[in-house]
Amino acid sequence: MRRYGLSFWVIVLWLLLSLLGQWLPLDAHQIELESILQGPGSSHWLGYDDLGRPVFDRLLAGSYTSCVVALTVVSLSLVIGTILGTMSAYLGGVFDLVITRIIDIFLAFPGILLAIALAGIMGPGIDNVVIALSVVGWVGFARLARAQTLSVKHRDHVIAAQVMGSRNSKIIFRHLIPLITTPLLVEATFGIASVVIAEAGLSFLGLGVQAPDASWGSMIRDGTRYMLVAPHLVLVPGLALMIVVLAVNLAGDRLRDWLDVKTNRVEERI
Amino acid sequence: MLKIIVSRLLSTVIVVFGVACLVFLLIHLVPGDPVDMMLGENAQMADRESLREALGLNQSIGAQLLTYFNNLLHGDLGTSLHSRVPVVEMLAERIPATIELALVSLLISCLIAFPLGIVAALNKGKGWDRTAMGVSLLGVSIPNFLLGPVLILVFSIYLGWLPVSGRNGIDSMILPAITLGTALAAVLSRMIRSTLLEVLSEDYIRTARAKGSSHVQVVIHHALPNAMLPIITLLGLQLGVLLGGAVITETVFSWPGIGKLTIDAIMKRDYPVLQACVLLISITYVVVNMITDIVYAWIDPRIRIGGQS
Repeated sequence: MRRYGLSFWVIVLWLLLSLLGQWLPLDAHQIELESILQGPGSSHWLGYDDLGRPVFDRLLAGSYTSCVVALTVVSLSLVIGTILGTMSAYLGGVFDLVITRIIDIFLAFPGILLAIALAGIMGPGIDNVVIALSVVGWVGFARLARAQTLSVKHRDHVIAAQVMGSRNSKIIFRHLIPLITTPLLVEATFGIASVVIAEAGLSFLGLGVQAPDASWGSMIRDGTRYMLVAPHLVLVPGLALMIVVLAVNLAGDRLRDWLDVKTNRVEERI
Repeated sequence: MLKIIVSRLLSTVIVVFGVACLVFLLIHLVPGDPVDMMLGENAQMADRESLREALGLNQSIGAQLLTYFNNLLHGDLGTSLHSRVPVVEMLAERIPATIELALVSLLISCLIAFPLGIVAALNKGKGWDRTAMGVSLLGVSIPNFLLGPVLILVFSIYLGWLPVSGRNGIDSMILPAITLGTALAAVLSRMIRSTLLEVLSEDYIRTARAKGSSHVQVVIHHALPNAMLPIITLLGLQLGVLLGGAVITETVFSWPGIGKLTIDAIMKRDYPVLQACVLLISITYVVVNMITDIVYAWIDPRIRIGGQS
């Protein structure tokens, strides 16, 4: 167990609870009026919210939201960004110029500002959150994929494939993308942490998941109104969010170090 | 040097043009008719038509884009649909609050990041390093919409030391500035550590140590000045963390800046104001990065010479 580190097990638990939580006998929408704002106790571990709904059940529902959004957004961004970035570096010319300019323009929007504006204009809802975050997210992967491809596109096996008359699509998917997956996977790990925070941020602003569905961000926002009498409404989803983000960031750090060590070893052997 | 300035200016102009186009296109992403979204479906036909005309939505997209750029170049960002006040006036009123908050946050993040980064670099691999980097990782992982309410809970509600929200004097600035500055401090301390570690392995540091300079002297006189250049550049790039984070932080603390105006505009469906806020924040970010690039090239001859060759 120590081999993988605590962060790995936290992520596994998060994924399991998020994806299997739906089959547990829980009800995030069940209202118990006599339990409104009740703190953590023996009957319900994490207490009840302002409408008398169990916080634990809502926490798992919020976990599902953050997990689904994070995995979808990162997968979409990874695929789109990798393909565009690799094509841009490999094909060069006008296509590269256009893609590089588009990347520059998207990078000119600081932080999640563009996602906030997009989600704000398209209207609230989980679909629009996924679209807004993917529109912003592909850029980082495209930039990384482009830089990585530039450094490997002159390797002998790529030139050999060109000489043998392989199609561009085959060279990109068979000979280039497999070479650049390592840094992209590390970036994707950090991407999951960023998307979890961004989704919660959008929901906190009221632009994400809408009531009665739960998100950690909307739970924190609703909880701020009752901080004096029921601080657990902010602290519980807040801590869950922080632990998941911390674990994903730590896992990203570990993965990066581990993969670097591996390449060093390969180099030493050569 | 002139070549660098001209090339940076040119690429900045292209990016600003692209950003302005994208911001213009935002309003066309509204599902359905933007006028319906702004006025609601039960609005009078005459009101709809007048709004459509005011926003220029009855023209073709090309004509709308031309009018938009023409107005932009004349400093006209339109009129708020909600308060009927020119958007430029609204922005001018809010800018000082955001600049004030950003500067104080920057100061706070430097005050936290420098000691943390230096201690970590000087004790690489030891307990102090791990503690400092652990604190920094915690800072990256705690989002501002959580840190803000927690700080309010502790310092405003339980201890009663600082105001919950608003902008009334220095007291009211402390909590928002810490909230906004924490993420930057976390990123910055990691950068300071890695840059300093790189510099500390240089030959001239070994020479300084061989000459008998003390540990503190080596860091303050030899290592830090040389590590500062990349740190300043990275600080320029990290301004995005501050500007993007300001939108949420200002909302948490009801801080009357551009970030709060952005969210208010979204909630009121006041699209001209939203477009102007996004444009202003992005262009500020792009221009600051351009200035940082040029100043860096001006200070560091290696970049100038490398650029010319």
